[in-house]
Amino acid sequence: MKGSITADNVIKSFGSKTVLDGIDLDIVSGEIFGLLGPSGAGKTTLIKILTGQLRQDAGTVRIGGTDTTQFTGEDRRRFGITMDNFGLYERLNCFDNLKLFARIYGLGNKEIKAVLEKTGLSDAIKTPAGDLSKGMAGRLRLARAFMTDPDILFLDEPTSGLDPVTADSIHKMILAEKARGKTVFLTTHSMSEAEKLCDNIALLNEGRIVEYGAPAEICRRYDHQRMLRVHLYDGRDMELPYGKQSALTLADLIAEGKAETVHTTEPDLETVFMEITGKDLSA
Amino acid sequence: MKNIRAVFLKQLSDTLKNKPVLIQFVLMPSIAVLLENTIKADDMPDRFFMKMFAVMFVGMAPLSCMSSLISEEKEKNTLRVLLMSNVRPAEYLIGIGSYVFVMCLGGTAVFAALGGYTGVHLAEFLIVMFLGIILSELTGAVIGVFSKNQMTAASLTVPVIMIFSFLPMIANFNKTVRTAAKVTYSQQISELINGIGTTSVSAVSLIVIALNFTLAAALFMAAYKRKGLE
Repeated sequence: MKGSITADNVIKSFGSKTVLDGIDLDIVSGEIFGLLGPSGAGKTTLIKILTGQLRQDAGTVRIGGTDTTQFTGEDRRRFGITMDNFGLYERLNCFDNLKLFARIYGLGNKEIKAVLEKTGLSDAIKTPAGDLSKGMAGRLRLARAFMTDPDILFLDEPTSGLDPVTADSIHKMILAEKARGKTVFLTTHSMSEAEKLCDNIALLNEGRIVEYGAPAEICRRYDHQRMLRVHLYDGRDMELPYGKQSALTLADLIAEGKAETVHTTEPDLETVFMEITGKDLSA
Repeated sequence: MKNIRAVFLKQLSDTLKNKPVLIQFVLMPSIAVLLENTIKADDMPDRFFMKMFAVMFVGMAPLSCMSSLISEEKEKNTLRVLLMSNVRPAEYLIGIGSYVFVMCLGGTAVFAALGGYTGVHLAEFLIVMFLGIILSELTGAVIGVFSKNQMTAASLTVPVIMIFSFLPMIANFNKTVRTAAKVTYSQQISELINGIGTTSVSAVSLIVIALNFTLAAALFMAAYKRKGLE
């Protein structure tokens, strides 16, 4: 309950443009939830509403069972947020950047050093934030979000623009938080990131959730072809329909040592999104 | 109080690294010390440079520092993070304002020493300077709140500084300008400083300062209502 996020028919408009149109969410404590959608789909607006930065026009949002409109300062401490546009004090070093928030939260130097260690920034403790690489700056933002050991982490595209090694180190941090029972709400463009990290995802398009569920389950739902693709050692590819005859054929190919790889033809999330909306998710 | 202290100490640790702001605190006192000790003329009024640069300091340093610091935090989205961390807008503004005030105390001390004020005269000088600094801070906060980024803040700050900082200086040499400048708090600060030890406090000066304060406060409320701190 303490890390749960629920949204009930959330609507938000800017002028005549409806940015979010009846959003429902039910995220349980300890889950990694991914919100996917192309640019302009309403992801950042939704994360702002969930974190109380923006007020919805209609609908209810509850974090840990508390209506966000009733949030107190103590409630806000229960979640950490990183957004791409959240700034760092560029002239201050990593330690002093966190020291400000430690003072606000009533924490000591021990906690600052612990989060710097956790995010792999111990060696950069005296480095001004303005001199950090993009990946290290991202980790400093994460360190700031980790400071209060929050129940829920809201991460807005945490690995956007990062190299695969840095992205992987951030993935490990996110998974470590899940292992500690924390809820993680992340937005991403990356299908592989969503498939790797998320228990459940929502596909957002033009302010509406068009699909919701576990990534593999969604992909299976759109596996209209239901075929097996077999790559043979002689270089040929075969497609076999699901069925008893195909099972026998496949068993023979394997027994004869002809089959090199066997895959199902279920689509990836990118393809599913394309099928639903006619749009490229990474656009 | 905890949040005000956090913002104040953050700003303090940034002092030596933020050269454009740092220079505002030391520029006018340094020039005043230099000129008071190098230029002497028989017909020059007593402590002429000290008084002139004290008023310029009051009209420039607190105003430009407040607008610069607030607009920088808005532009770089650090203010948004602070507000998300449960720092209230008033706490942030008081924290930044306290920092600018404390830093201006250093310059004020230099001017007081340069003027050789003691006892009651020193107290009068400090009170007048503090009044001016607070009013300038409020004016700078109006610009900072109104501006989306540092570029906008700078383009608004320069003409305002020309009015509040340079007008009293020019008024020393031109009677018409002096008459026109009387509606500004900085000209009244200038007249109060020039009047220390010679005449009683002018009620007109206090009324003009109070009116300037009311106007600045109203502008601040309007800017805050329209733009907030985001």
